[in-house]
Amino acid sequence: MQGFRLAEVAFDIAALRATLLDDRAGGYASFEGWVRDRNDGREVSGLRYEAYPALAEREGERIIAEALEKFDIVRVACVHRIGELAIGDLAVWVGVSAAHRGAAFDACRYVIDEVKSRVPIWKHEHYRQGDAGWLHPDSGAP
Amino acid sequence: MATVTLLYFASLREAAGLASERVDTAAADLQGLYAETQARHGFQWPLAALRVAVDGEFARWRDAVPDGAEVAFIPPVSGG
Repeated sequence: MQGFRLAEVAFDIAALRATLLDDRAGGYASFEGWVRDRNDGREVSGLRYEAYPALAEREGERIIAEALEKFDIVRVACVHRIGELAIGDLAVWVGVSAAHRGAAFDACRYVIDEVKSRVPIWKHEHYRQGDAGWLHPDSGAP
Repeated sequence: MATVTLLYFASLREAAGLASERVDTAAADLQGLYAETQARHGFQWPLAALRVAVDGEFARWRDAVPDGAEVAFIPPVSGG
């Protein structure tokens, strides 16, 4: 695949990677984001991602188009999970193929950074102490 | 007067106690619509912390409220 999509269930990275293979590509860079067991000093037991799907997919596709415009790459794809995730689960995957490694790494970094800051997906963390809360970074509000 | 469907996500959905609602509004722009909504639900979020979307596209606070539109107030995102 090329582009951005949301996945309601666990997805297969090998199949996604295979879609980026291309005779013009001399390399491939990827990023995997995983659910870790702590955040801001609190022990996390699991989380749920909620999205505004129509806007998330539109904004995700815009980021993919920007990456193709800014970097000398061949193909780029990103998949983000929504729904309930456990510790260690794959939350987000970015893959980029390019003629040379520099552009592949740079584009991969660009996509994950922009997705984190712009795509309307929200993380609801469940804590070991039994409570839960929404993460709204850099907001200075609630 | 416009009739719009408001969508709520994450902490805004929890604060409103619902995921969406249809409302009639006389607000001149999206900023005014948020002010009305904020007052009705007691949202803590200041306008400056949010973004706004109309029919699945980001919009500007000074844009008019289109009749029949789906409007979402977007709290700071935390994907990735």
